Amino acid sequence: MADTTVIRTEHLSKQYETEAGPVPVLKDVNLDIRAGEFVAVMGPSGSGKSTFMNILGCLDLPTSGSYVLDGRDVATLDKNQLAHLRNEVIGFVFQGYNLLPRATLADNVALPMVYAGASREKRAAMARDLLARVGLADYERYAPNQISGGQQQRVAIARALINSPRLILADEPTGNLDSKTSYEIMKLFVALNRQDDITIVLVTHEADIAAYAKRLVKFVDGRVIHDGGVASGMAAEAPA
Amino acid sequence: MIAPMLAEAWHAMGANRLRAFLTMLGMMIGVAAVIMMMAIGQGAQFMVDQSIASMGSNLFIVLSGSTTAGGVRLGSGATPTLTAADADAIAELPSIRAVAPVSPGSAQLVYGANNWATSVMGTTPSYLDVRDWPVTSGNVFSDSDVRAGSRVVLLGRTVVKNLFVDEDPVGKTIRVKQSPFQVIGVLAAKGQSLDGRDQDDTVLIPVTTAQRKVFGSRFPGTVRFIMAQATSAEAMAVAERDMAQLLRQRHHLPDRADNDFDIRNLTALANAQAETTRVMSLMLGAIASISLLVGGIGIMNIMLVSVTERTREIGIRVAIGARERDIRLQFLLEAIIISVVGCLVGVILGVGAAVAVNLLAKLAVVITGASIVLAFCVAAAVGIFFGFYPANKAARLKPIDALRYQ
Repeated sequence: MADTTVIRTEHLSKQYETEAGPVPVLKDVNLDIRAGEFVAVMGPSGSGKSTFMNILGCLDLPTSGSYVLDGRDVATLDKNQLAHLRNEVIGFVFQGYNLLPRATLADNVALPMVYAGASREKRAAMARDLLARVGLADYERYAPNQISGGQQQRVAIARALINSPRLILADEPTGNLDSKTSYEIMKLFVALNRQDDITIVLVTHEADIAAYAKRLVKFVDGRVIHDGGVASGMAAEAPA
Repeated sequence: MIAPMLAEAWHAMGANRLRAFLTMLGMMIGVAAVIMMMAIGQGAQFMVDQSIASMGSNLFIVLSGSTTAGGVRLGSGATPTLTAADADAIAELPSIRAVAPVSPGSAQLVYGANNWATSVMGTTPSYLDVRDWPVTSGNVFSDSDVRAGSRVVLLGRTVVKNLFVDEDPVGKTIRVKQSPFQVIGVLAAKGQSLDGRDQDDTVLIPVTTAQRKVFGSRFPGTVRFIMAQATSAEAMAVAERDMAQLLRQRHHLPDRADNDFDIRNLTALANAQAETTRVMSLMLGAIASISLLVGGIGIMNIMLVSVTERTREIGIRVAIGARERDIRLQFLLEAIIISVVGCLVGVILGVGAAVAVNLLAKLAVVITGASIVLAFCVAAAVGIFFGFYPANKAARLKPIDALRYQ
């Protein structure tokens, strides 16, 4: 299992059409991420890392090149199949938590199972288990605005986990949190990566957050300028 | 899949109760208006249909014709050209089912201490067939009563009420213009005619009795008019032609002469009135359905606002695996809930309003299951129709744009 490729991009490019002409955002990105990896993605604003994450998450499609997720070339999939991938293969964690404000925590966590067509009993049981796992047992009936940011992010992680995904895509998950809470969240990611063998790709601005990962990919200007060890990546940045 | 979505749609509306209520209000008013207008329209139609039914079906009235005497034209019926024998001859026509000659007049009726002026119709037993008018107690006078000119009388309901109060009139003797008549039967109640006359304020006596003993006549044997009933609605045209031909023959009219009688098709007149009412009823419904349309546009408006407000939510749902049809269904369900709940309340309001109109304005209303089902279905369809565009718009949002929306 350890060397199964979860993500493979080949000559992946993306450009946006604007009135001033095409603007390239990603240029010839070639990347393999194997099962069980923990990859931090860094780069300045506008370097293309968010677009890269959107493409990895099947929320956006590349202009050229190929992206193979879990053995399937996404270019060959229709909208429903892409929705199915987002539902069962990928778990998303966002910077702004993105919980539904009107729903209870349990309903928020169970929402992906609704789209997967699971029964009410199954959804309730899974939501309860996962809330307990992220340290929020007994919070099922709470609303998102009744708990702290760190707790909301834990709920979002529980939601990402509910359909047992192979891959978690986290877009600056600690961006809105203080350091102490950030470290707790990162420990949770590490545990998921080590114990559950879930592949994690995590975008961050902060070196101490990236340090939790085993591999670092750095983007500048739409290109990958570093792909390798976290420490060496940090060192390379220092002179710049 | 539907159950959690219904719950969510219900939740979503709970988040903005006033707005959901106001949107529903549009639907409620529309449905209530349609149901009330249909009830009133159908009520009017019912009244007209009832009056027509009380008149009898496929009816002709044959009047004596107008005549010109020294340049003075006298109106229809001025010259008594029709006779009871004409009526008998018309009865032989194959297109005619029943015929009754009528000699009308009016007289003062006396019973004990009570007296009452009413119209007295001299006619034959077949008048009751033509008018489709049964006797509720006692008997109809017979053809031999007509031949003999017996002093027997059938009373209309209003006359019974005024002369007898609580007594059973059958077998009693009343005075008609001073002469004693035996009451042999009471007619069923018929209610108002199309022009508002009380059809029950009348008594029937044999035509011969009327001519010879009550009113007298300068022209013995003549009748004022003849009522004739065709065998069917389809036979009306044939019957009219046959009668005209027959009467011209019997009256020995040369080819160039005008008819000395006048055949009027009562049913055609009545049908014209029924048609007017039907059109009015349709118009009422059509005007009311405009408010239904406005209600539908209200739903669309609010759903579009809702989709825009919840763009981010849509983005989240798409990111965690919602398909286009899930999103579409979610918003469609909200529109459907609004319209269906609005409809249900509207049905209650509409029926209530119709009943109130009936009680307060004394207007006839007819509420049929069909009109309720129709209003409900149309309203639900309006909800779905106007909910579909916003729902589709939501489903087609690009996931990254939706997620980025602030």
